[in-house]
Amino acid sequence: MAAQLLFFFLATVAVAAALGMLLSRSPVNSALWLVLNFFCIAGLYIILSATFIGVIQVLVYAGAIMVLFLFVIMLLNLEAPPKLSGVNWTSVAGFLVGMALLSQLVYAIAAGFNMTPVAIASSETVQTGDAAFLAESLFTRYALPLEIMALLLLAATVGAVMLAKRRFE
Amino acid sequence: MEVTLNWFLSLSAVLFAIGVLGVLFRRNAIVVFMSVELMLNSVNLTLVALSQSMGDPDGQILVFFVIAVAAAEAAVGLAIVIAIFRSKVTVDTTEINLFRH
Repeated sequence: MAAQLLFFFLATVAVAAALGMLLSRSPVNSALWLVLNFFCIAGLYIILSATFIGVIQVLVYAGAIMVLFLFVIMLLNLEAPPKLSGVNWTSVAGFLVGMALLSQLVYAIAAGFNMTPVAIASSETVQTGDAAFLAESLFTRYALPLEIMALLLLAATVGAVMLAKRRFE
Repeated sequence: MEVTLNWFLSLSAVLFAIGVLGVLFRRNAIVVFMSVELMLNSVNLTLVALSQSMGDPDGQILVFFVIAVAAAEAAVGLAIVIAIFRSKVTVDTTEINLFRH
């Protein structure tokens, strides 16, 4: 029961924060709403007893990536854009496409609602989200993808520095 | 009544749709990037929920790799935004039309 209440609280705050990111006009406000959303999703991972992914979510997403976003926004010194005058056809088309996608997804999920619902927050799933349990397969079966990931991160770092560097005249 | 899989899937569908709307609506390139991150997060939520309901850790390892790729993507994407801002002094996606003829 407690997990259920916590789920509904976190889900409501996550959706509200996502809408706040979508609707706020200043990019800094958008970034701060998104940080709130990431914290809620981390809480949902903890409810799913996926503790390792929850901690990674807070450290990497809410910590590193969003700090990078805020840093760039403040570096570029962007002001809030002027309000759009009237409704143009591209925003109407965008709204229709988004709503069509949402209804499709909800339809696909609702088709599975008459199946027996799978309970997740039970005690035997606790160990599959554990850091030790994940590390066991991460460093044996998935050791090669892990090394490739390290190379990718190195390449991304070098590429970001090269792209953002001031050109020499 | 316990927390069930369908609730998590529904929540991530709603979050994904909000991310799609952000990509389609917003003109600020940085906010478009943030919407892409939101979509990645909703897919991660789906993966973790399914992985925990099946008792299979592979889904969570995929989420780990997705987070690492998202970090690399954010770094390179924001560097591109900075490079574009340097030459055009804007991050408005409707005004970045270098390839249009």
